[in-house]
Amino acid sequence: MPSEVVTDVTDETGTLDTEAPLLRFDGIERAVHWSTASLFILLMLTGAALYAGPISVLVGNRETVRTVHVWCGLLLPVPLLIGVVTRRGRRLRADLRRLNRWTPGERRWFRRRTRAGVELGKFNPGQKLNAACVAGVGLVMLATGSIMHWFDAFPVDWRTGATFAHDWFALGLWVLVIGHVMFAIRDGDALEAMMVNGRVPAAWARRKAPRWYREVRGEPHGAEQGAPATQVRDSEA
Amino acid sequence: MSDDRTEPESAPGTAPGTAPDTGPDTPPDTPVGRRVVLGLIGVGAVGVLAGARVQDWLERVLGPLISKDGTGLAAFLPIGRFRIYTVTGSLPSKPNREWRLRVDGMVDDPFTLTYRELLAMPVTRLTRDFQCVTGWRVSDVDWVGVRLSDLLERAGVQPGAKALRIHSFDGAYTESLTLGQARRPDVLAAYRLDGGDISDAHGGPVRLYVAPMYGYKSLKWLDRIEVTDEVHPGYWENLGYDVDAWVGRSNGRSDDAV
Repeated sequence: MPSEVVTDVTDETGTLDTEAPLLRFDGIERAVHWSTASLFILLMLTGAALYAGPISVLVGNRETVRTVHVWCGLLLPVPLLIGVVTRRGRRLRADLRRLNRWTPGERRWFRRRTRAGVELGKFNPGQKLNAACVAGVGLVMLATGSIMHWFDAFPVDWRTGATFAHDWFALGLWVLVIGHVMFAIRDGDALEAMMVNGRVPAAWARRKAPRWYREVRGEPHGAEQGAPATQVRDSEA
Repeated sequence: MSDDRTEPESAPGTAPGTAPDTGPDTPPDTPVGRRVVLGLIGVGAVGVLAGARVQDWLERVLGPLISKDGTGLAAFLPIGRFRIYTVTGSLPSKPNREWRLRVDGMVDDPFTLTYRELLAMPVTRLTRDFQCVTGWRVSDVDWVGVRLSDLLERAGVQPGAKALRIHSFDGAYTESLTLGQARRPDVLAAYRLDGGDISDAHGGPVRLYVAPMYGYKSLKWLDRIEVTDEVHPGYWENLGYDVDAWVGRSNGRSDDAV
């Protein structure tokens, strides 16, 4: 099967544009992504102002900065939770399932860097790992941040430990987010999908996510081009 | 491994047409994502429980290296560093030669002191951990200053006085101490920090250092000490922090000080 895909890609280059794009992220997913991203940006900026002396000095107003930071932190999981429970979050839920699960081939892809013969799905192992790390680090940030904010309930050593963990995990989070943004910028088609209308060119899907491409195209007919298209437009209005 | 039962739905017969794009990736697969999340939560929990000790150890091991760092980037690492709190919009700043300390209120001889006059008074040196109520801690900070009790003695506290109201020249930050607290030998008007002058960011040229209490009691940019007949809660106390801020025994805790 992998060999089939390989020939498919090399053969395609000429006739790419004739095939309809594939819906990668629907309106709900993009709304969740961008509201989470906005909260992340605010958290990172206010966090830097609370943490790094030179920036603290420039910004001042610690009480206000802290309040914004705490509220953004508490709100951070909300868009995702709403997306997950809402009826129209079907695709989001499916994508979370995809991000969670690794095939044996993907684990090989990641561990030994042997990429030949591994047919990737909608997300590659790097994206899956990044998503899991952001989720895990995010939960740790929420817990440690809560200990720092509602310190009354915790021994001093726990508060010091929570601050310690919050600081180091924050550094890790900066690396994860910067990495995510850099990879996004390097892949114009994927970036456009998230920023514009949720669609990727079919050629992109065949090259970068062949298993997903087969999943989508393997269906009886047109479910991808028909209904979802209007749905996307609705959600953007 | 016990999670492997969660793989199935995508298997052969998933109804076509119901959800074209929602089937999970083909099995057999493993919930690596969940394991990564749980693993990170575990690391975070260890960080909370052991972080205080790990940090002390890191400070001892890395401290000497960091002091030699030429790039300045090491200052951003979360190891034994002060967080700079300013409660107003801009960083308060006053050159040493313009700085004055006013001691007044319920005293016999109110006076104003210059920086040089303060330095001429008896010197006290303390090396203690600096502990913020929210958790961050800097180990073995070296303070040099003048005991508040010496300043009070010089002014002559009147009978009936109970407390101090201490003002910062940033115009917003105030703190309070009872006379008993202020007269402790480990409460200073400090003018040196870790072997150097106290910078603007750290509350210089002269700040309070109240060793047995959380950092917010150590008022920065010291300007005026007013002797009063009652405790006036300060800036942070008005935001909900305890007035008596003993480390380990206040702000919700009754355990021993660290």
